[in-house]
Amino acid sequence: MCLAVPGKILSIQGEDFARTARVSFGGIVKEVSLAYVPEAVESDWVIVHVGFAISLLDEDEALRTFEILKQMGELADLEKPAGEA
Amino acid sequence: MKYVDEYRDAAAAQEYAAAIVRTVTRPWTIMEICGGQTHTIVKYGIDELLPKAVTLVHGPGCPVCVTPVELIDKAWQIAARPDVIFCSFGDMLRVPGTTGDLFSVKARGGDVRIVYSPVDAVEIAKQNPAKQVVFFAVGFETTAPANAMSVYRAKQIGLKNYSVLVSHVLVPPAMEAILNSPTNQVQGFLAAGHVCTVMGYVEYYPIAAKYRVPIVVTGFEPLDLLHGIYMCVSQLEQGRAEVENQYARSVRREGNTTAQDLMAKVFCVVDRKWRGLGGIPQSGLGLTAQYAEFDAEARFGLSAYTAEEDAECISGLIMQGVRKPEECSAYGTRCTPDHPLGAPMVSSEGACAAYYRYRRLRTHAPVVAGGSSRG
Ligand code: SF4
Repeated sequence: MCLAVPGKILSIQGEDFARTARVSFGGIVKEVSLAYVPEAVESDWVIVHVGFAISLLDEDEALRTFEILKQMGELADLEKPAGEA
Repeated sequence: MKYVDEYRDAAAAQEYAAAIVRTVTRPWTIMEICGGQTHTIVKYGIDELLPKAVTLVHGPGCPVCVTPVELIDKAWQIAARPDVIFCSFGDMLRVPGTTGDLFSVKARGGDVRIVYSPVDAVEIAKQNPAKQVVFFAVGFETTAPANAMSVYRAKQIGLKNYSVLVSHVLVPPAMEAILNSPTNQVQGFLAAGHVCTVMGYVEYYPIAAKYRVPIVVTGFEPLDLLHGIYMCVSQLEQGRAEVENQYARSVRREGNTTAQDLMAKVFCVVDRKWRGLGGIPQSGLGLTAQYAEFDAEARFGLSAYTAEEDAECISGLIMQGVRKPEECSAYGTRCTPDHPLGAPMVSSEGACAAYYRYRRLRTHAPVVAGGSSRG
């Protein structure tokens, strides 16, 4: 029940606490409350938990997990003795 | 970015695992707080990718597991009333109380309904004015904003037949209770990413400083967990004890302040009992005086009821990281997902159920793989 999953906002209706969106979760579309993400706009990605969006996903931050990995890979290569592939 | 598949990439997972191997020089014990993370770890075999020196222990972050048995009994008693429609998240229905689980009430003709969201329960109350509609408001900080909104809406539209049975718990006091225990083995924490999505992580600074433990806010996909473990062991190896944020794509330092504002209107901090762990002061949420009229315990005269837990279930030791599920004498024999003796065998976020589901029949080491979806 604690599961919260990312989805993409397709369209928005209503205002304030009654603001809702149609959100696609890999093709499955559900109605979600946007009461807690007043800044959300169409095409944003949100994390949804029990029918409520609780945050907007930040793409730049998302890419960091992979950049760190890339940097670590380069570092590890540097540390290897010459001749080792 | 689709925010799911990328984080299940097997090659990237192996690279993070290799980075952890290069970093670790001594044994370390790390606890992931959240049951959702336990589920990912066991399902994808993350712990088996780690060097032997790193031990992961599974924390108390599963609301199904920590809801005290007396609250299950109270739910049972309310749901058995002919004038009540009892609404709950699905996985609470199989949690054993002293008299039975909520499914057994349903089987005897009680009107027990599974809802996806607490606002669905408000809708049911609107449509059934002749009935009392009660929602079982369990959960951590992640779920509190949604549950708060249901009560807020009910008051706004003047609903007289809606109430909530509240069993809300908070993560930081439980972390402190674990750290204060004389048998504590936890040296670093992966904090629950969705709890922090709501609450931010400022409240973890004093805990990291006081107990000298690294706390890394971590997400839920396999790569998130490996990245979080890497950050945590790096801190431990370097003798640092800081709060860091692995899950920055969703978690902001101050959290979701819109949600916090509404939570503060509806809920206030109270003492709570945790199944398996006992009473922890100031560790949960209850309704504020302004919303007290929506308290189901008061409405149905159950505030004074108490009950004792089953003695055989060692869930408390498991949730403190002192024992693993296989070390329980009932595991897989008297206690299975079909006949759970304790709560961690019920929900897929419970450590015992996760082990039973993914580990029991395993004959080879699993690999993190893309494509398959969780839950
Ligand atoms: S196996 Fe069952 S009885 Fe044992 S700790 Fe887990 S839930 Fe409790």
